[in-house]
Amino acid sequence: MPLTSADFAAIRLTLELATVTTLILLVIGTPIAWWLSRTQSWFKGPVGAIVALPLVLPPTVIGFYLLVAMGPNGFVGQFTESLGLGRLPFSFAGLVVGSVIYSLPFVVQPLQNAFDAIGPRPLEAAATLRASPLDCFFTVVLPLAKPGFITASILGFAHTVGEFGVVLMIGGNIPEKTRVVSVQIFDHVEAMEYAQAHWLAGGMVVFSFVVLLALYASRRRTTWS
Amino acid sequence: MIEANFFLGWDAFDLAVELRLPGSGVTALFGPSGSGKTTLLRCIAGLEARSQGQLTVNGERWQDSASGLFVPPHKRPIGYVFQDANLFPHLTVAKNLAYGQKRVDARERRIAQDHAIELLGITHLLERMPNRLSGGERQRVGIARALLTSPRLLLMDEPLAALDYKRKMEILPYLERLHDELDIPILYVSHAPDEVVRLADHLVLMESGRAIASGETSETLARTDLPLALSEDAGVLIKGRVTGHDAAYGLLSVAFDHGQTLRLAHPPRAIGEPLRIRVQARDVSLSLERPTGSSVLNIIPARVMTVAETDNPAHRLVRLDVAGTALLARITRYSLEQLGLCRDMQVWAQIKSVALLG
Repeated sequence: MPLTSADFAAIRLTLELATVTTLILLVIGTPIAWWLSRTQSWFKGPVGAIVALPLVLPPTVIGFYLLVAMGPNGFVGQFTESLGLGRLPFSFAGLVVGSVIYSLPFVVQPLQNAFDAIGPRPLEAAATLRASPLDCFFTVVLPLAKPGFITASILGFAHTVGEFGVVLMIGGNIPEKTRVVSVQIFDHVEAMEYAQAHWLAGGMVVFSFVVLLALYASRRRTTWS
Repeated sequence: MIEANFFLGWDAFDLAVELRLPGSGVTALFGPSGSGKTTLLRCIAGLEARSQGQLTVNGERWQDSASGLFVPPHKRPIGYVFQDANLFPHLTVAKNLAYGQKRVDARERRIAQDHAIELLGITHLLERMPNRLSGGERQRVGIARALLTSPRLLLMDEPLAALDYKRKMEILPYLERLHDELDIPILYVSHAPDEVVRLADHLVLMESGRAIASGETSETLARTDLPLALSEDAGVLIKGRVTGHDAAYGLLSVAFDHGQTLRLAHPPRAIGEPLRIRVQARDVSLSLERPTGSSVLNIIPARVMTVAETDNPAHRLVRLDVAGTALLARITRYSLEQLGLCRDMQVWAQIKSVALLG
């Protein structure tokens, strides 16, 4: 068997992290995207820019600030300690927090585009048919934005699977706790275990290809018939 | 009774209207595009949250900016028919119809689903998705969907504007059935005179965000002081009843106020049936003596009331009184002067063509 139990542990951890991160992102990304799509507030620009920051910042920068904030002197660290949760760095929970921030734009932007594309008209039709705004969101907006949710989930998941810098900065390299596939590959390469690295790296290539293929296939089926 | 006072300002356009409209029958909001018809309709529906003003519909207050009252659109008992139907693309026709209906309390449902579906002739479309419908079909579904909320006021925003002539003629009879069979007041936005004369009991004329006239349709159409009178389409609406049919020549006789009768080539209709007839000003010519040897079928005595200018300096619009019914004649200024027409003169109006509106 080319993969060791440590490799499998890294794969399991990666999938777990990506799943939890994607679910959290869908929950918090949806209202953010909806607000960005509907608001005419002056804050739209700044908030949109903050959400997009992880697209351009080096992952080490995000990781560095998260590490500082979540550390014993950081405001997040003091907050989590006061709640009795301990510190987040070098834990799975810390990785989740980092991944959520790192992958935020990959979920918010497709959702925002989907909401923008719906426009105000279906909402007005729903309102004249007695649907309250919340009712309308669940019965009209969500079904119409379904392609956007699929894209957002796929991108959020795949981008989390592919992260390295943020993970290394705040998660370190603790087997079965914070050592994800990308870090495991780095370890193999450092240890000159190229064969092992090939299996994992090749797997990532295939995974990414399949994900993108699924994404394009889902985009082709967005017309209603 | 519908009392609507609204103000809504934008950079380049503002709406300011104060209207008292009848609480039953069809009221047309008529005017060129950009005159504020649709905006007014949206204010009444509650879709313009920025609008200021008061709205009372048959005794119920829906908006009063002075006291901060604004009933949100989903709590107003209206039906809204959008210009392009605005069906939900992810739902079948049946589910589009059910969407509004199931959100209305069962005790308040006054229009049965089967009745609405039959009225609009959409039984065969129920399982289709909206993008598999023609424009006319989509519009009929949109009307049925609005009706199934059992609205106390039906708002229709140019429901026929996006359709070609054939489709329009296909839907108009359905709209007339709504008018005849359901006792729901309808506000109908249109910029097409033929729809207005055919459907409306009351007419509001809009221009640049103002309501410049509001009154009974036939009276308002016959006014020469309104921009309606300027155009080539100027004409009057006459309400009459069928009095007979000449089977040998295929001519239908229709009598209107005070016994005047018009005859027109038309298949027989039931005696006594009420009809609307449109007579366009350009189809009416005048002469001082009763013409003889004319092929024109309808020649009736009339009295000159007023003379107005039109969009063409060579033309004048003459308003006539035919025993209490108004008639318009568009003639040249040359003829006007040659005949020496002035107020209260007796003339003979020759009506070259008469359109039956159903």
